[in-house]
Amino acid sequence: MKHDEAEDIVKEALTDVVPEADLTTLGPDETFRDALGMDSLDFLSFIEILTRRTGVRIDDEDAPHLTTLADSTGFLLARTE
Amino acid sequence: MASDAAGAAKTTYREAMREALREALRADDRVFLMGEDVGRYGGCFGVSLGLLEEFGPERILDTPLSESAFVGAGIGAALNGMRPIVEIMTVNFSLLALDQILNNAATLLHMSGGQLPVPLVIRMTTGAGRQLAAQHSHSLEGWYAHIPGIRVLAPATIEDARHMLAPALADPDPVLIFEHGSLYNASGELGPPAGPVDLDHAAVRRPGTDVSLITYGGSLPKALTAADELAADGIDAEVVDLRTLRPLDGRAVAASVARTHRAVVIDEAWRSGSLAAEVSARIAEDSFYELDAPVERVCSAEVPIPYARLLEQAALPQTADIIAAAHRAVD
Amino acid sequence: MAEFTMPSLGADMDEGTLQEWLVHAGDPVRKGDPVAVVETAKSTIEVECFEAGRIGQLLVTPGTTVPVGTPLARIEPLAEADTPTEPEAPAKPARPPRPPAAEGARSTARKPSRRKPTPLQAPTATGPPPDHDHAVEHRGHGDEGPLVRHLAEEAGIDLDTVHGTGRGGRVTRADVGRAAAAARSPARVTPYARRLARELGVDLRGLTGTGPDGTVRASDVRAAAPGPTTPPTPQSGGGVPARASAVRRKEGMREAIAGLMSRANREIPHYYLSTSIDMATALDWMHEHNHHRPVGERLLPAALLLKAAARAAREVPELNGHWLDGRFAAAEEVRLGVAVSLRGGGLVAPVLRNADALELPQLMSQLKDLVARARNGRLRGSEVADPTLTVTNLGDQGVEAVLGVIYPPQVALVGFGRVVERPWAVNGLLGVRPVVTASLSADHRATDGAVGARYLTSVDRLLQSPEEL
Repeated sequence: MKHDEAEDIVKEALTDVVPEADLTTLGPDETFRDALGMDSLDFLSFIEILTRRTGVRIDDEDAPHLTTLADSTGFLLARTE
Repeated sequence: MASDAAGAAKTTYREAMREALREALRADDRVFLMGEDVGRYGGCFGVSLGLLEEFGPERILDTPLSESAFVGAGIGAALNGMRPIVEIMTVNFSLLALDQILNNAATLLHMSGGQLPVPLVIRMTTGAGRQLAAQHSHSLEGWYAHIPGIRVLAPATIEDARHMLAPALADPDPVLIFEHGSLYNASGELGPPAGPVDLDHAAVRRPGTDVSLITYGGSLPKALTAADELAADGIDAEVVDLRTLRPLDGRAVAASVARTHRAVVIDEAWRSGSLAAEVSARIAEDSFYELDAPVERVCSAEVPIPYARLLEQAALPQTADIIAAAHRAVD
Repeated sequence: MAEFTMPSLGADMDEGTLQEWLVHAGDPVRKGDPVAVVETAKSTIEVECFEAGRIGQLLVTPGTTVPVGTPLARIEPLAEADTPTEPEAPAKPARPPRPPAAEGARSTARKPSRRKPTPLQAPTATGPPPDHDHAVEHRGHGDEGPLVRHLAEEAGIDLDTVHGTGRGGRVTRADVGRAAAAARSPARVTPYARRLARELGVDLRGLTGTGPDGTVRASDVRAAAPGPTTPPTPQSGGGVPARASAVRRKEGMREAIAGLMSRANREIPHYYLSTSIDMATALDWMHEHNHHRPVGERLLPAALLLKAAARAAREVPELNGHWLDGRFAAAEEVRLGVAVSLRGGGLVAPVLRNADALELPQLMSQLKDLVARARNGRLRGSEVADPTLTVTNLGDQGVEAVLGVIYPPQVALVGFGRVVERPWAVNGLLGVRPVVTASLSADHRATDGAVGARYLTSVDRLLQSPEEL
C-alpha cells in the first residue's frame, strides 16, 4: 500500500464515522478522538472500517498507535508491508 | 525622469530600476554595484547608465567575464559588512555562479549557527522574446525559488522596479531580483506604490470574480491584456502578481481562488517542474474544495527557446493562449 | 374505536410535530408497528401503535405541531378475515436466519419489518394504487434493521436490487451507502460544486451538469438551489452554514434540557457518592474476549460498565424507578437510559430494555445500534420512553469523574469517568491498575446514602467477576 492510499483510507474511515468532520483542519499529528469528539463507540466503528477495507487485524492493544492521521497511516503501512 | 515628489511622472521600468540603484548608492556608503559592463558601457541593458560618472569607479565596478568569481567576491564583501549589488547579465550565465549562490550565499548563515549572514543582492535579466536565442532566453527563476536560504523577487511593474530594491538591501538574507528583459522599455506613470512595498505579499493587479490569472514577471502584461479581452467576452478575470517567488504567498493565491473558483497559472518557464507546477500543487492542497474547474497552466513549449522570431513567439505563452485557457476553465 | 395520540416521549416533552405518516388510511396495523414519525424538541422518533386494527381517518397532517395527547388518527377494529398475516412467511427468500446472539435482542427484531402487510385485496384485477405497490417490491427484505431500511428509503434505493455483504447476505448500511452513491453519480461534480450543494442543501442526484462531459459545476448547483439564486459569495466559506431546521432543533433541544434540568435541581435534593473501581480483571477479561472475535463483535469497557450498572439496579431496586406523586414507585424491569451526546450539542438518552438480562454481546450490539440511530437516524418511541435509571459515561470525553443531575422523575443517575492508570495497593503491594471512578447522584427523598453506597458496592463487586456479567 502507498502512503497516500493508507492516508485516504484513514480519512475516509473518519468521515464515515463522523460525517460532519472537517478533515481539512485536522493536523497530521492532532489527536482525532479529541478533535472530532469521537467516543469509544465511534473509535470502534473506525477500527471496524479500517479492518474491512484493508484486511489488517487490529487488536485492542493497537489502539495507542491509532490516535492521529500520521500514526494511523503509519500503522496501516507497517501492517501491510 | 522619476520624481521624488508625490506627483506622477512618466518613466520606464529601466529608469525606475536605475533610480532605485541611485537612491541606494546615495543612502548607504556600503552599497556598491558590480558586474559585466555595468560601468563604462552603462549595463548590458542600460540600467546603470550614468552611475559610473556619478559615483565613481570605487562604487561602480566593471568585472571580468567570470560569474563565479565576482559573485563570490560579492559574497565576501557582504560577509565583511558591505551591501553589494551584483548584476549578472542573464539568468543563463548565472549558472556559472550557481555554486556560489547555492553552496555559499544560501547556506553560510545556516552552517555558521547564525554568525555569517550574507546581505547580498543579485540582479539578473531573465526571459525570452527578443530573439537572443537559447543561451540568453531562458526563465530559470523557478530553479532559484526551489532554494531555501534566499529570497527570490520578480518585479513586474514600474512601481516594483522602483521600490523593491531598498527592502531587498535591508534583508539580511541573499536576495535575487529577476528582471524580465521585455519589461525594461515598459513605460508609464510612476505614482506612489500601487501595491505592497514589502517583499512578502503577492498583489492583485486587477480584481475579478470569474477566474484567477496567476502569474509574475514578464507574463504579467500579457495576463492583464488577456483580462481586458476576456472582459469583452463577459468573463471577469482577476490577475494576481506573485511578486515574490520565494517565499511564495500561498495565502494570496488561496484567497483569490476562493473568490473565483477557477485558476489559470501563467509562467514563461517550462511546464515540467516549474513554479507553475508549485502554484498548481498549492491550489490542489489548499483550495481543493474551492475549485469549480481543473487548474489550467500556460507555460513555454518544452524546447530550448528558438532564435527564429515566429518559432520563438510560438514557443512562449501568449495572450491568446491565456484567453483560451481561461475559457476552458470558465465555459 | 381507538385513537392513536401524540405520545409523551419523555418527561420533558409537551408537544410534538407530526413529520410523516408511515401508514395510509385503510392499512392494517399490529401492535408495535411504527405508524408515524414525530419530531420533538430533541429528536425525530418513529412512533409505534399500541393497538392492532386498521388505520381509519388520519386526523393530523404532516408538519402540524400538537400537544401531547392530541388524537392523530383513528384505529378501527379489524374484521376477522383481515387479520394481517406475518409478511415474511410466504415470501421469505432462501436467506439464512440471523444468528440470534448478535441481533436477536434488538428491539426491532420483535417485528422484523415495518413493511405494510399486503392487503388481502392486493392481488385482484384492479390492483392497489401505485403507492401501496411499494410494499410488494420490498418482498423478501424483512430482516434489515430499521436504519438500513430508512436509509434505503431516503436514498430511493430498492433493497431488492442491493447486494448484501452483511451476515447471511443482509444488506448493511455500507451497502446502502454504496448503492446510493452509485445511483447519484450521474456525472462528475467539481469539489466546489459539491461543497456548495451541501451548503445550499441541494440534492446532487438528478442534477444535469453543463461542464465538460456533463460535469456538475457551481452554476448548476446554484440554478438548482431553492429560493432566490445565491450570488457568488466573495469570501471563502468557513463552516457549512447550519440549516434552519437544524438551528431550530438545536435551540429546541437546549430549551428542553434547560427546563428539565432546572426542574431537577429545583425539586430534587441530590446527594452524591463516588468510589474508585479496579478494572484490571474486567479489562483483562474483555481483551481476551475481544482477541478471539472479529472487530464487529468486540466489546467496549462501556458495555461492561452498563451491564454492571443494570445488574446492580436489580440488586438495589430502591434506585430503579420513578418519584411520582410524592412517593417512589419501583419499576419492574431495568430500563437503562444511556446518555448519548450528539455532535453539535445536546443529548438524548435512549433506553436499553431489560439491560440486566442482556448478554454482553447483545447489550453491545444494541448499544451500537441505539447510539448510531440517536446520532444519524431515528429512534423508536419505545426506545426513548421511561428509562428507570440513567447512566452517563463521560469518560469517553476524557474526564475522570462525573457528578450528574438526575432526570426527573427518575431517582438516580450513575456516572462513569475515564478508565485511567493509577497506583493501586493490592495485598500490601503497590501496582499500577486501570481504575474507573463510579459515581451516583441520588434523590434524597427516595433513598438515603446507605442505599446509594450499597449500589456502588454492587457495581464494584460485579465488575470483579466479568465472566459472570
